[in-house]
Amino acid sequence: MKQIAIFLLASLLGATAQAAEYVIDTKGAHAFIQFRIKHLGYSWLYGRFDDFSGSFQYDENNPEASSINVNIDVNSLDSNHAERDKHLRGEDFLFVEKYPSATFKSTRYEVTGDGKGKLSGDLTLRGITKPITIDVTHIGGGQDPWGGYRQGFTGTTEFALKDFGIDYNLGPASQTVEMILDVEGIRL
Amino acid sequence: MAAKNSDSRYGWVAIAFHWLMVPAVLGLFALGWWMRQLSYYDPWYRQGPEIHKAIGILLLIALLLRLCWKCLNRRPAELPGTPRWQALAARLTHGGLYLLLLASMLSGYLISTADGRAIDVFGLFSVPATLQGLTNQEDIAGEVHEILAWTLMALVALHALAALKHHFIDRDANLLRMLGKRAKPATPGKSCSPEGQRGSNPASNSNPSTVK
Repeated sequence: MKQIAIFLLASLLGATAQAAEYVIDTKGAHAFIQFRIKHLGYSWLYGRFDDFSGSFQYDENNPEASSINVNIDVNSLDSNHAERDKHLRGEDFLFVEKYPSATFKSTRYEVTGDGKGKLSGDLTLRGITKPITIDVTHIGGGQDPWGGYRQGFTGTTEFALKDFGIDYNLGPASQTVEMILDVEGIRL
Repeated sequence: MAAKNSDSRYGWVAIAFHWLMVPAVLGLFALGWWMRQLSYYDPWYRQGPEIHKAIGILLLIALLLRLCWKCLNRRPAELPGTPRWQALAARLTHGGLYLLLLASMLSGYLISTADGRAIDVFGLFSVPATLQGLTNQEDIAGEVHEILAWTLMALVALHALAALKHHFIDRDANLLRMLGKRAKPATPGKSCSPEGQRGSNPASNSNPSTVK
């Protein structure tokens, strides 16, 4: 009943309140897939994936129905050091020759607070698929100055390298990697 | 010993280039192969590649100087009695060695400078990046570098085996000549006949070291 009521209310509110599909704005580079990992336990090392694509469904009035699919070209890794990138793309780490892409498909979204939620889904990386949970914050959304309509989110998650078959020893402080995910979508 | 080559002998500069590059080339290959297996916490994890790159640059400079020197010098004549195919094979091998050395060092340079970083040579000077930022430059250059290095080693092995064959089986002076000795076989080998196909070559006729 509650959902029907929300739906009716949403319909009354008009276009801005409809569940809609958004394409992640990789064209304008308003989306970033970054990772960070401790170096020796002394500092954070940042890297990112430059090429990816995806889309999400989002309804401001029914955020629990949100979903997202992202496809990442692992080869596009950049940690601002060519020799390190070469090593990270190699067999010791991401083995891009064999596993050129990574994907994330959400399975459910749970609202935990105002504009906050937990996005569960399956991450496929280095040929291994495992469930992960991303802590999501809705940053904002609305009309853009050029006639489009956008929504933006930020999210973080963390997983162990060895969960995805990476057992190269970077030391005890570097067993896990954090992902920092920022997406802005343009409504279709 | 003269610095420059003569018709029959290598000068000491060419000999020094040859024998100084032998340990550099073999050492670079061994170091390159070994350093890739080092763990992140190995003391050599950083030093190995630093030394590999610095020696690689020095070897590249040496190779360029060697090729200049080669152009300024005559090539000592083939030992009398060398079959034509052997002379041709030797020249192809030498040319191949030069090309592979040059190409493997350039490909190595393209790995390390792919993001615009310079290569530091023992703190003495550094070589700046030129070609950079191509898509996956470091990966492509890396694969090329590995293939060229192994091909180079195969050709080096062929070159060394041929030299040893000349010394121990043919018992001619090819190897001794690269050690600065006169091109005079210690014991006349059966394949070293002074007459034959080389009779038409004036260089070999005027060669004072022609046997008998």
